[in-house]
Amino acid sequence: MVKFMEMSDIVWEVKKDSIKHLIQSGKRSDGRDLEEYRKIEFMEEYVPKAEGSCLVKLGSTQVLVGVKMNVGEPYPDSPDKGNLSTSCELVPLASPDFSFGPPDEESIEIARVVDRGLRESKMIDFEKLCIKEGEEVWTVMVDIHVLDHDGNLIDAASIAAVKALLNARMPKYEDGKVVYKEKAEKLPVSEKPVSSSFAKINGMNILDPALEEEKVMDSKFTIVTIGSGDICAIQKAGSGSYKREEIEKMIDTAIKKGKEIRKMF
Amino acid sequence: MKLIKDGKRIDGREFDELRPIKIEAGVLKRADGSCYVEWGKNKVIAAVYGPRECLPKHTQDSYKAKLTYRYNMAPFSVDDRKRPGPDRRSVEISKVSREAFERVLFLEYFPRTAINVFVEVLQADAGTRCAALTAASVALADAGIPMRDLIVACAAGKVEDEMVLDLCQEEDNYGQGDLPVAISPRTGQIHLMQLDGIFSEEEFKKALDFAVKGCLQVHELQKKALKEKYENIGEVYGNE
Repeated sequence: MVKFMEMSDIVWEVKKDSIKHLIQSGKRSDGRDLEEYRKIEFMEEYVPKAEGSCLVKLGSTQVLVGVKMNVGEPYPDSPDKGNLSTSCELVPLASPDFSFGPPDEESIEIARVVDRGLRESKMIDFEKLCIKEGEEVWTVMVDIHVLDHDGNLIDAASIAAVKALLNARMPKYEDGKVVYKEKAEKLPVSEKPVSSSFAKINGMNILDPALEEEKVMDSKFTIVTIGSGDICAIQKAGSGSYKREEIEKMIDTAIKKGKEIRKMF
Repeated sequence: MKLIKDGKRIDGREFDELRPIKIEAGVLKRADGSCYVEWGKNKVIAAVYGPRECLPKHTQDSYKAKLTYRYNMAPFSVDDRKRPGPDRRSVEISKVSREAFERVLFLEYFPRTAINVFVEVLQADAGTRCAALTAASVALADAGIPMRDLIVACAAGKVEDEMVLDLCQEEDNYGQGDLPVAISPRTGQIHLMQLDGIFSEEEFKKALDFAVKGCLQVHELQKKALKEKYENIGEVYGNE
């Protein structure tokens, strides 16, 4: 049978025009400004068994990030540095659109963009995660667990990941064994990267899109900024395209908003 | 590692100089359209199939053609053998590359069909996603798929605090950042952008200038490749 449109898509299709009209007049269905994040709430150390964790609520989007660490061999091109690996699971509990199975395009993209922000901002001092050069280094594993998908997973996951890394404590390492029950010193982190995503709808770029806005957007643009006001990662996703001036304007906004969010960390 | 010496780059190039690029259209017999690109030490080959039947049937779209894009690296294309098959990096590249083309092709002309783009990286030397996009674009045109424009891609980057065009492998490995960009040259619209590494706003603007200028140069080579192929076809018919 040829698929025409699923029931769940029809609802978005019906809402499409009203969302677009609102944005055209500078408003949003939840009353926010075009360049305003939804309310952000943190619940730090939500999973005490993890080395670091944070549950972030961005409006009704909920993302839980846990940080685990173990000891392994370094990569040959960085014998004196620890490693970072970021993964993302869009578990079926979080949305009727998610199903179980191997990670799809969307979850891979979320993990890679969040990873890029963490890595390129140089927030983790990987040299301090070397135990014995060429033999033993710490690997930091950031796992993104989406619990409720109401849009803008990248920013929610990025905020949760940065928070989780900031409160992470390293396990003890004794006689070649990791003792998870005893936490030693804090993970060596300094920088606080902030991710700002914009959805392009009717030629306007709006910050922190909710799910209903993502459903009608042409494309999405994510910018990660750091404390110095510099940019450390960009990702354009979706089929729309951008003028140069639009991108420069979004960068200005991302730098400004990044400063505000960073104060909350 | 010293990447800039006496105002020149490690491979002797100027800051705003591309590597040598060769583009050839129509290199595969079975594909509906194809293209081979040599870009410095990069070698990539793109093939396009379609519009053709979209299978399995439940993936069909009744309003437009379904576009797929597969970026794949050959196991022997890099120093350490790459495990065959898609990894997370190539899944991401495939996604953003497909999205770069979605609004450029007239997909709405071919409802319920599939247009499949396959790009194989035979040898990799930094900038493969840009070379792949550039090749895929020529292959789509070679397949006769109606397009609003040819997409063209090129990267700029940051090396020893200087903005440079089209990073080579050493600059990619030991440099400070990379900014791959794909544009539609007719409108100047940006269809793909990624960035990693720390850039100030000013540095970003300069790098983007470089990347766009690089794209426009590569675009001339794309047009030349397509003209060359079809000029030759004209001669064959003329001789008959």
